Amino acid sequence: MSAMPFEDFETAYETLATAIDQAGPAREALFLTRLALVLAQKLGDVAAYRTAIETALDGLE
Amino acid sequence: MRPAGKGELESLYFDYPRFAARRVAELDGAAARHPVLIVGAGPIGMTAALVLARYGIRCMLIERKDTFNDGSRAVCIARPSMHILERVGAVAPFVEKALGWRFGRSYYRGEQIFRLEMPQPPGEKYLPMYNLQQQYTEKFLHDAVATSDLIDMRWQSELSAIEPHNDGVSVRISSPEGDYRLDADYVLAADGARSPIRSMLGLRLKGDNYEGRYVIADIRMDHDFPTERRAFFEPAGNPGGTVLIHKQPDDIWRVDYQLREGESEQDALKEENLRARVGAILADVGHTKPWELEWWSVYSANTLCLDDYRHGRVFFIGDAAHIVPIFGVRGLNNGLADAENIGWKLALVLHGEADERLLDSYSPERRGATLDVFANATKSTRFMTPPTRGWRLAREAALSLSLKHAFPRGLANPRQMQPYTYSESPLTPYAERNAEFAGGAPCGSVAPNARLIDGSYLLDRAGSGMTAILFCEGPPTREQAALLAQLGRIDKRFVPVLVSSGGSASDSKTIADQDGEIARLFAAAPGTLYLLRPDLHIAGRWKGVVPGEILKAAGLCLGSETP
Repeated sequence: MSAMPFEDFETAYETLATAIDQAGPAREALFLTRLALVLAQKLGDVAAYRTAIETALDGLE
Repeated sequence: MRPAGKGELESLYFDYPRFAARRVAELDGAAARHPVLIVGAGPIGMTAALVLARYGIRCMLIERKDTFNDGSRAVCIARPSMHILERVGAVAPFVEKALGWRFGRSYYRGEQIFRLEMPQPPGEKYLPMYNLQQQYTEKFLHDAVATSDLIDMRWQSELSAIEPHNDGVSVRISSPEGDYRLDADYVLAADGARSPIRSMLGLRLKGDNYEGRYVIADIRMDHDFPTERRAFFEPAGNPGGTVLIHKQPDDIWRVDYQLREGESEQDALKEENLRARVGAILADVGHTKPWELEWWSVYSANTLCLDDYRHGRVFFIGDAAHIVPIFGVRGLNNGLADAENIGWKLALVLHGEADERLLDSYSPERRGATLDVFANATKSTRFMTPPTRGWRLAREAALSLSLKHAFPRGLANPRQMQPYTYSESPLTPYAERNAEFAGGAPCGSVAPNARLIDGSYLLDRAGSGMTAILFCEGPPTREQAALLAQLGRIDKRFVPVLVSSGGSASDSKTIADQDGEIARLFAAAPGTLYLLRPDLHIAGRWKGVVPGEILKAAGLCLGSETP
């Protein structure tokens, strides 16, 4: 995991919440999938990306 | 609200006194002009009266009702508020009765995801937070009000008209004994969230309302858990809503639970529904023994305030000026800071020790504090009551990840009340001097405290006017001594506090800082001076004395200088 300062992480959380509303309920899954692909490209590390996917899948109910 | 069959003020543990209206001299034609009229004898109005009394200023305090507010309401008293209560001579019963605490826990679906730990520096006299039902807060303040010869307390007295003038305020007061008029030099409007004075003057609160509604309930039970703040997200006992639990004195527990989206407030407030929901919440936290219902109400979060807390000679304090969400426990605590802020300024002006322009700083300072609260409260309120689908999804994602991962847990931090820093106030003119310090307390913040060898505390030495804390190796230099003498000439209340690093104090008044603890706390070297205001916020700090700047800062705090 990166050492992202908490304040930045909180800003990311707020930006995401606002963006989900902006996408709207009909398009939110598509928006979040697009976001995940954009972040994979930015991350540039497929092993780290797989770990992130596992983290997000683990405990999903 | 109280259970069926109970009287409006029939409590399981608190005897509400009934205060009669008095036959006052104005009803028999006495024409009186009062320096200060305070409208509203809640915690903020009574504290304002006690601050004025500390300075020897008379006031009249009127209250529409005949007793204290019912129910626990504002439960949490923060450390800076304890210092305010101490300065007005009322803190002893609070220390005795209230439950001090510094820890909290947040849970998601029954599992702990966040541990709140509020710092407790070794030199502090009080804990970060105390829980006490509001009616006790009001009782203890009223006990102090009742013993003061300077406070003319009038119950069952309602302000029915107000007419502001350039040189004073005329009001009409209605009481069961009759109606009368009187004049005051200044009015403090402490008449609460629905402030009639605000309406009469045509002023409006501005800001945002939030969707989420909470039921707040007091119950009595024998429940074994320390005094901590507990927050439950998605608990089995209240699916779809958050729950908060606080311990209070007398085995009274405060349970706040969020209503589900679309849930009817009217139904939720029905006694049988409330009992069922509280019962489920208690079963979920493992309480299987009996419990008794005491009182309940409903609450929704707002961030609203006036554009200006001053309207001529009328000053708005507490909820009359601002309404903040409860989650950061800032309503009562910020109101008490309002009361002290206007109190010392008005007292110095009425004594002729400060120019009236000092009063101009009240609204910028206290409204600044409110806006700072809004910024924090908006974050915690969006977490406690997510307003939209986006915020709800983001919260669910963060909370579920928090079960196994630390990184999102800080989002559940309740951001409890921090004292506001007056860094941009007109009374804090040399904030850029902060750059000279590697630490310590910045300009505008509340001065830190230190425990002294004899068991007393550094801030016990502060006066009711300006206070200078000067760090030195031996006796003050000629220049330092001349500056302290000059400060004493411009402020008759001025108190110098010398902290000597020399190991042995040169005289009994000097504090010996043998291990350098106090110097470290203030990031001070010999020659460093901190200038404190009467409310013990730092007006300025200098690594070495700069007489011109120090005298200017002191002058601003006394209204004798213009910014």
